[in-house]
Amino acid sequence: MAKKLNMRKRYELLTRGLGWEPTYQAKEKVFSNESYEGIKITDWSKWEDPFRLTADAYWKYQAEKDKKLYAVMDSFAQNNAHLNLSDGSYVNALKLFIQGVSPLEYQAHRGFARLARQFSGEGAQIACQMQSIDELRHAQTQIHTISHYNKHFNGMHDPFHMHDRVWYLSVPKSYFDDAKSAGPFEFITSVSFAFEYVLTNLLFVPFMSGAAFNGDMATVTFGFSAQSDESRHMTLGLEIIKFLVEQHEDNLPIIQGWIDKHFWRAYRVLGLVSMMQDYMLPESPMSWKEAWDIYFVENSGALFNDLARYGLRMPKHHEVATAEAEHLSHQVWGIFYNYIHAAAFNIGLPTEAKMNWLSEKYPNTFDKYYRPRIEMWREMEAQGKRFFNMGLPQLCQVCQIPMGFTEVSKNDPMQIAYRVSEFNGEKFHTCSDGCKDIFDHEPEKYVHAWLPVHQIFQGNCGGAEIPDILNWYHFKPEDGGDYKGSADEARWKAMKGEASPATSQSNAAA
Amino acid sequence: MSEGKVFLIFQDTAEARPFINALEQENPKASFDYQPGMVRIEAMGELGMTREVVCEQAGRDVDLQELHLTLISLSGNIEEDDDYFRVVRH
Amino acid sequence: MSLSIAAKEIKPLRINYAHIARRVGENKPATRYQEAVYDVQPTTNFHYPATWDTEHQLFDASRTAIKMKDWYSFTDPRQYYYTAYVTARAKQQELMENSFEMVEKHNLLQNIPAEVLDIVRQTLIPLRHVEYGANLNNQDICDRGYGVTITSLASFNGFDRIGMAQYLSRIALLLDENEEDTLVAAREAWLTNPVWQPLRHAMEDSFVLADWFEIMVAQNVVMDGLLYPLIYERLMAKLAAQGGAPLLMLIQFMTEWYDETVRWTNQLMKVTAAESPENAALLSQWTQHWLARLEPAMTSIASLGFGDQAAEQVMAVKQDLVTRLAKNGVKV
Repeated sequence: MAKKLNMRKRYELLTRGLGWEPTYQAKEKVFSNESYEGIKITDWSKWEDPFRLTADAYWKYQAEKDKKLYAVMDSFAQNNAHLNLSDGSYVNALKLFIQGVSPLEYQAHRGFARLARQFSGEGAQIACQMQSIDELRHAQTQIHTISHYNKHFNGMHDPFHMHDRVWYLSVPKSYFDDAKSAGPFEFITSVSFAFEYVLTNLLFVPFMSGAAFNGDMATVTFGFSAQSDESRHMTLGLEIIKFLVEQHEDNLPIIQGWIDKHFWRAYRVLGLVSMMQDYMLPESPMSWKEAWDIYFVENSGALFNDLARYGLRMPKHHEVATAEAEHLSHQVWGIFYNYIHAAAFNIGLPTEAKMNWLSEKYPNTFDKYYRPRIEMWREMEAQGKRFFNMGLPQLCQVCQIPMGFTEVSKNDPMQIAYRVSEFNGEKFHTCSDGCKDIFDHEPEKYVHAWLPVHQIFQGNCGGAEIPDILNWYHFKPEDGGDYKGSADEARWKAMKGEASPATSQSNAAA
Repeated sequence: MSEGKVFLIFQDTAEARPFINALEQENPKASFDYQPGMVRIEAMGELGMTREVVCEQAGRDVDLQELHLTLISLSGNIEEDDDYFRVVRH
Repeated sequence: MSLSIAAKEIKPLRINYAHIARRVGENKPATRYQEAVYDVQPTTNFHYPATWDTEHQLFDASRTAIKMKDWYSFTDPRQYYYTAYVTARAKQQELMENSFEMVEKHNLLQNIPAEVLDIVRQTLIPLRHVEYGANLNNQDICDRGYGVTITSLASFNGFDRIGMAQYLSRIALLLDENEEDTLVAAREAWLTNPVWQPLRHAMEDSFVLADWFEIMVAQNVVMDGLLYPLIYERLMAKLAAQGGAPLLMLIQFMTEWYDETVRWTNQLMKVTAAESPENAALLSQWTQHWLARLEPAMTSIASLGFGDQAAEQVMAVKQDLVTRLAKNGVKV
């Protein structure tokens, strides 16, 4: 009778000992990325496998998940289930998702492949390649799910072209380029820990419960199905941090610096999610502030308590982000209200019911600071003077969001925050202490940023006039602007039988 | 005290039921928060299930790794073997 | 107010994403494969230089000397995107699971002659390290390669190698009733036995190649093209004839996997060579170099199972490979 092996031992025997110890080529050449960031690994065999899934079990479970997912997708399309949405305006959340998030899933796939080549310890190496193909799964299942929406709504027709060019999409793109251009340990700290472990719940849980709340069962299914991989990814994120700080004391300050940086970087990207959550969902299951309290303040508070014994502390400026939680979505939405004519999704002034919901969820800030501005804009719209900002905004050199965040943590929430740094005799502007710190730490990196507004001024974006630029983005006239009066609104009404189909067809003819 | 909180979030589906039921049975102090499409299970310090109870709930032989099919998110450190799965705070 | 169902607008605005329509047309619905792979990779306007490769952009077609007007000219004959891939593998693994169960339950290895099992220990089990090295090479292609149709297959291929390394490890555990003696001995042989050193040396040299397409040729075309037929077809057939037939059940995944893999490497060679005489020349130069390098390495390990027939066996698989390549436009 063969002896019984438990899960840990069995997994160890199947995979351990595979790690490559080169003798014909120098180790520094074979694993050329492993040491240049200053991270010291003395013993990869101390790695604790975050999950013990063999390749065959992986194939089995993932195929099972996808069988269900594609069955839902097919029946959604066959039944034209988009007609069951709470409102056509909901689809704008999906536009932001396919333009801004799905391309990042793809980038993560390639990034983790590099780690899977460059980490010499087989435990971490195998975990990274599993994540790499998971991320490909996410990109592809999102493309397939949203493909149906693309057939019936605008703004989703050319997402990967847009991602490489469009001004607001440089926010997520530059965040990922930042991680991907860094070394492997910074990449994994950024993506697996700062993003996947600390912040991913803020992206997926509200997005997916939002989808469920608004009748979008296809998105709920891909979202939750993707999240079922995410629980493995989060575990990898936590494990790598613990492993690195236990390996060598010199690693601690490096890791803490990366946590500080990438927390802030990812938080700024999530500003887009806050807008989606509070302003774009017709029915909102929870506010950004509520999600922040649960998933950051409470959850990450507990996490960093655990990590304190390794010498790690909460990310720098976390208290600023928490103070901003009552302002963030209103400010980001305000920025987009100004520039929505140059976007490939629609927003609009909140309804009275939505305003009341915002007052209730944001008792300290909404009525005091943001309702009056919205009422003013509503007044202007009523007079036929809808306000659009036709100039080009100044962008933060780091997060690339137009300058519009205010001095919340200095108790001056109506004052727009500007920070300035000097490098090589030139001035560089940032939106916050968080972004300024990041710039000042690596100015030589951030001066390279492909800032959309600068690029437009330099003539690299199809021309000098807004229509030329939008054309270069592959935007169509019906892609942007206010939801009210949009092609999508007309189509939605036609879909629901509230207007003649002829109207929407003329819109569709472009 | 929120410091020691751990949680597991499962999809609210029939497939996840044996795991959710086992958690309910084995963690009397845990709270169950049902949200659209999902259920969030929270406890202080520790939250766990054993294979025996999951199998009983499912009425069949279950490999605990099957929870990867429906587990959406978690907070805490994982401890697992063939016979148990739990998340804990250190 | 709702009108009759007939009045509702359900006609689609468009059939395809624009980036897909540019390739397959506006009116022909794209397949799931096409949607999943075409033009998903970023191509331009990168924000920061890569610290790990300052000479290139984050995604950069010039990391290889191969030049393609369109990096999506090659498509996978199997049309693998993630779901199609895991679905195919899930079926194969189910068969393998049954085979392992069957062999274990009925103790099918027990009656295999000891000298056959010795060859399995000495030749087959150390291959888990070769699979791991092949995995590193394919992760590298996924990392530095260009175009989703190519890089995603490298990613799947790399992951398959981990699966196969684990299957080989399971065979070792089966032989030893869950003790690790064979695993330990195989690792030792891999690291120190002179028979394995030419192959290990060649693999390490492939790890440090600058050109990822050369890695593709060295690993997935030449090394696999020699090793798989040599071991999984010829040697295992020989062992089966000597009383080791149950072993065939435990390596079924590998034989099927190789037959399947050849389909896309053939197509990749064909499309790349047909693009230009320069590409064809590069492919032929790389193939020649790695054939010359790997032939003696293969003969060395073949000696374990084939004795003095090793050179002859390797020559035969080499001839098959050369013929196969010639059919796809790569002359050696």
